[in-house]
Amino acid sequence: MTLAQFQSLQARREFLRNAAYGIGTLALGDLLARDGLTAANLPDVNPLAPKQPHFAPKAKHVIFMFMEGGPSQYELFDPKPDLEQYHGSALPESMTKDLQLAFIKPSAQVMASKFRFRRHGQCGMELSELMPHLGNVADDICLVRSMRTDAFNHHPGQLLLFTGHTQFGRPTMGAWTVYGLGSESQNLPGFVVLTSGRGTSGGSSNFASGFLPSHFQGTVFRNSGDPILYLSNPPGVNDALQQETLRAVRALNEARFEATGDLEIASRISSYELAYRMQVSAPELLDFSQEPAHVLEGYGVDSEDAEKKQYATNCLLARRMVERGVRFVLMMDASWDDHSELNKNLPKRCQKVDQANAYLIQDLKQRGLLDETLVIWGGEFGRTPMVEMRRPDEAENAGRDHHPNAYSMWMAGGGLRGGHVVGETDELCLNITENPIHVHDLQATMLHLLGFDHEKLTYRHMGRDFRLTDVHGQVKPALLA
Amino acid sequence: MRNSNRWSLCLALAAVAVSPAAAAEATHLPPAANRTIDFESDVEPILHQRCYTCHGPSMQTNGLRLDQRDMALKGGYGGPAILPGDSSRSPLILRLASDIEGFQMPPVEPRLSPEQISTLRAWIDQGSLWPEAVSPTQAQPSAPANAHWSFQPVRRPQPPPVKDAAWIRNPIDRFVLAKLESENVAPSPEASRTTLLRRVSLDLTGLPPTPGETQAFLADDSPGAYERLVDQLLASEHYGEKWARHWLDLARYADSDGYEKDLARPYAWRWRHWVVEALNADMPFDEFTKLQLAADLVENPTPDQLVATGFHRNTLRNREGGTKREQTRFEETLDRANTVASVWLGLTLECAQCHDHKYDPISQKDFYAMYAFFDNVRDLSIDAPLPGELDPYLTRRSEYLAKRQSLLEEHQVPDLQPEWERQMKIAGANPGRRTDWDLCFDVLFQMTDGGWEVLNKEPSERTFREREMLTNYFIDWYYTVVSAERIEELGFKDLKQKLKTLKASYPQLSEARVIGERHRPSKTYLRLRGQWDRQGIEVRPRPPAFLRWTEAADRPTRLNLAEWIVSEDNPLSARVAVNRMWQEFFGRGLVRTSEDFGTRGESPSHSRLLDWLASDFATREWRVKRMHKLIVMSATYRQSSRGRPAIAERDPGNAWLARQNRLRLSAEGLRDAALRVSGLLDTSVGGASVFPPQPPGVADLTYGWDTDRWKDSAGPNRYRRGLYTFFQRTAPYPQMMNFDAPDSNRTVSRRRRSNTPLQALNLLNDEVFVEAAGALAARAIRDSPADWRQRLDRLFRLALARHPTDSEVRTLEEAYRSQLRILERSPSEARQLARAEFGGDGLAEAAAWTGLARVLLNTDEFITRE
Repeated sequence: MTLAQFQSLQARREFLRNAAYGIGTLALGDLLARDGLTAANLPDVNPLAPKQPHFAPKAKHVIFMFMEGGPSQYELFDPKPDLEQYHGSALPESMTKDLQLAFIKPSAQVMASKFRFRRHGQCGMELSELMPHLGNVADDICLVRSMRTDAFNHHPGQLLLFTGHTQFGRPTMGAWTVYGLGSESQNLPGFVVLTSGRGTSGGSSNFASGFLPSHFQGTVFRNSGDPILYLSNPPGVNDALQQETLRAVRALNEARFEATGDLEIASRISSYELAYRMQVSAPELLDFSQEPAHVLEGYGVDSEDAEKKQYATNCLLARRMVERGVRFVLMMDASWDDHSELNKNLPKRCQKVDQANAYLIQDLKQRGLLDETLVIWGGEFGRTPMVEMRRPDEAENAGRDHHPNAYSMWMAGGGLRGGHVVGETDELCLNITENPIHVHDLQATMLHLLGFDHEKLTYRHMGRDFRLTDVHGQVKPALLA
Repeated sequence: MRNSNRWSLCLALAAVAVSPAAAAEATHLPPAANRTIDFESDVEPILHQRCYTCHGPSMQTNGLRLDQRDMALKGGYGGPAILPGDSSRSPLILRLASDIEGFQMPPVEPRLSPEQISTLRAWIDQGSLWPEAVSPTQAQPSAPANAHWSFQPVRRPQPPPVKDAAWIRNPIDRFVLAKLESENVAPSPEASRTTLLRRVSLDLTGLPPTPGETQAFLADDSPGAYERLVDQLLASEHYGEKWARHWLDLARYADSDGYEKDLARPYAWRWRHWVVEALNADMPFDEFTKLQLAADLVENPTPDQLVATGFHRNTLRNREGGTKREQTRFEETLDRANTVASVWLGLTLECAQCHDHKYDPISQKDFYAMYAFFDNVRDLSIDAPLPGELDPYLTRRSEYLAKRQSLLEEHQVPDLQPEWERQMKIAGANPGRRTDWDLCFDVLFQMTDGGWEVLNKEPSERTFREREMLTNYFIDWYYTVVSAERIEELGFKDLKQKLKTLKASYPQLSEARVIGERHRPSKTYLRLRGQWDRQGIEVRPRPPAFLRWTEAADRPTRLNLAEWIVSEDNPLSARVAVNRMWQEFFGRGLVRTSEDFGTRGESPSHSRLLDWLASDFATREWRVKRMHKLIVMSATYRQSSRGRPAIAERDPGNAWLARQNRLRLSAEGLRDAALRVSGLLDTSVGGASVFPPQPPGVADLTYGWDTDRWKDSAGPNRYRRGLYTFFQRTAPYPQMMNFDAPDSNRTVSRRRRSNTPLQALNLLNDEVFVEAAGALAARAIRDSPADWRQRLDRLFRLALARHPTDSEVRTLEEAYRSQLRILERSPSEARQLARAEFGGDGLAEAAAWTGLARVLLNTDEFITRE
């Protein structure tokens, strides 16, 4: 920066000193940006400022509904009537030798699904009776029956899905997205995490920023206590007192900026402003009093079942966040890891999520947001055709083990082809027979819809340009509208 | 099977890793040419044109070199590429003819023509005749891989002459000033004494100066005052705490396993304790290195020395169901090799895990040669009592054991466990027969360290620790093989709790996680494509081939590696170590990429200074405190950090060092500073990890094998330094993560310093910082009971080690009045904000002072080291 630029900064500081504190005050970062001063040698005054992708995007937001543990494709999305024929018998070794199994042995018996499938919508998509509401939006969703992954354990599988690599240290897809696109919200984080159910195997590694700067990591909106950690004023501090505190902090920081000329301080002043705007905006976001009753009912926010209510609340929050410019919403629901009591637990869980899933699609569509929002629903892998019996004497104990070679996910909106089934699996869903979509392909396609060439959205770290798709991934035209 | 043709269909699109056998099945080979082939005229031109770029004189990708007869016939990492007489199975031909991406050769268009492949096939089938006289290229590579600057021996350059000799305080300054003078830039003036005091205190001990220290230093205007201060700080026991934190970053230290189960490691801290003590004792860096890499291999190691090898036990452990122990072991070994190369050599090896890269001197073979040093490591636990633990333990041990035994008997454990063990062994020998026992057996591998070996020992041969482990496992997992009612009847849940309580009520010995060497070392093999189950050629342990190393007859050990690391043959470690010191004192290293001294890293800003420091360090007994003193005594270090707009454009990153840098405090540094200035900090050194208050629900985000772990510590442990905060890998302490502490999953040489709104919320609203503000205010009020202005002065001295300016006084006077007005109207809020000792008329005032203290703790100045 030249001396002249530095002095003009000083002049702006004078302007800021005279401006009133509070929402609506132009942040110093905006002023800098207006003069084209966000050059490489300036600190990250606003690293989340909106940015242009490589080409015109189809989608501007992502809602990733991550069903941790691996929902069973046999019971939900991929009907396999032939399983009945082999129910109770073991598979020949030639078929099981390449399987990666977590708990069961290759000699475990085949188990048929107890649930019926029915055709839905004009497209005639076959879906299970456990997801009746989803059937109502069949013409809007793209069902992928040919997902695959490399990892057969939860944590590596989740890392591969979210970071493109089974080992630690890479940024997650939400972090890549806000790194590439910035955020449209001035008052909320660009990448938000919502949770329901229990904790996930991946924990914070599912929304970490890895070697990207920490601005890009997911911010957890919590279900109890402060929605964002440390968001509320501490006990004894009311809003007036908080504003007085911030006013004084700012005055001292401005003086320090004048004394040192360090732009980090300018950046700090702007961080404190955004922090305060978050304090003001988050309660508005969480306040559903302006939502009509039919919307609350539509999602199931009025449910008496606490778990269903939580999931529905998260779906509604996701929509409200997208409306307010949040770029990437990661919903994590755990756990769908049905090693045992599959036939008892899975219907309960579907009952919890099905209504809100379908209503979210309808609600986004009705508001004109579905076209610009990419919705993805699924887990880190699927489940085996063979039964897992932790208690061999109790038939109802039956479950299924992890299966990475072939599984299902559904997605909707943002440039995807609705009313469409992608891919096929063999009659046991052991392997994919048509149109395999590896999780790297999903990542590449997601970035494509957001306007990026996945090979060019890179970040240099340890002397190498890293990307979400590692050295793999192809955009899959079959998914696109 | 009734309908076998159906089954075969399913296999059609199975994803299989490409093996030569599979490729042979899948590939249609052009027939061998039906004529006699001459190597020189028919074969060599093809190899020359299409293969030598990557498999020739300047590069031997994946170990394969095709321009030299013996090497070509020997093959690459995966074994021979040419099988004389058998072209249809020769990997060379299979790859040339394949169309499987990632397998086919050459990897770039155009493909070889069928005629060319036919020619090569015929040559191989005719016996791969290669006349000895034909040597198409020079045997030596044209550009040696070791030409890179950091691979050259460390020299000891003469400090250069300078014009402004008066500025020089020690040789460091000559190198820096010579550079500045060449750019026609004068150094910055020395920082004020208060700034210097706060800077050097934070840099050496991680704590801001106390008012007493400030007063003593400012009162001493004799010539040696600064040096005396430095000596005093170097002798402080908090010095070891500050510098241990950097080492912990490098060592990816945490208090839990990581991955899904993320079990606690109750004694991980014992190694941390060792690091703090070693640094405080100024253990020479060569010894520090040897003990951590290989204390188990030195002669007669003491238990305390063995603790040092806990460095390697910071690697993550995946205990998820179904993980294969051989695979996780492979990954742990990779991590150990990567970490050691990164920490001591400044090299990132891991890129070479899967295959060679063009233009990178580190080959895949280099990678597995480093890996080989750690391939025979085994994990162990030892008793590592701290002083004072042994006597009380021995005195009450037999009483404890008797009570434990009677508890076990009360719940029928001695009656049931032998039969359970017998069934476990049967289950292990007959997988798939009884799925409930399969589970109980398989989990033993994941959830215990070495449980299977213990199960196979005669009970009489098991150590106490082993017996305890197996019995605890039995109590925890018996439920998988009997009914819920039976477990209820046995009361195993109660028993577990009772055993825990009993143990906690008797004195125990601290344990340590250490390593040893397997009794029967196995050979090490390169892994093709980085896959744990695909063996390539055998490799012997050695540092990367471009570094000097004397081969020995026996298999080299970790101790040999450690000795080499601190020998003159290794040009990297001293440079890497002094560069990291520099980084901590200036915010950036002389090599900015302090984690990467390889060909992709940046070049040093002052290469001669770097070498001078490195040689000084290595030739003077690797004394760390001595180096730290040298740096902080330099005029370069003592410069003001004030920005210099006139040269900001020419030197935006301040690489020339024309001033000091302003650095935001680390996550731990912030916590420590706030607690220190408020008087809350508990200054005891070392010991187990603690659980300072964190918002409820943080741990719920993880899979949480034992989620009730986080119970806020009470008493002094609430106020320990950040270094001691329990680090749960999948749910780290939020304040740490907000302020860029590493996630501890991988080695970190250089922390970021980000600047985010979440940090603002954290400092403003986190109960830790609000409590500190209350205590800081109370301190100022106690120290200056009468006068407002004096009290403000006191507050500044406590928090920032300086007096306020007139304009700051005006700002804070106004802030005080507004806050007081608000608090006088809201007594309940004043009550919450003021410390309990205040009440009555002084309540609102005390609360308003908390408000001012909160302002100061949130200023950029407080969280910055100038």
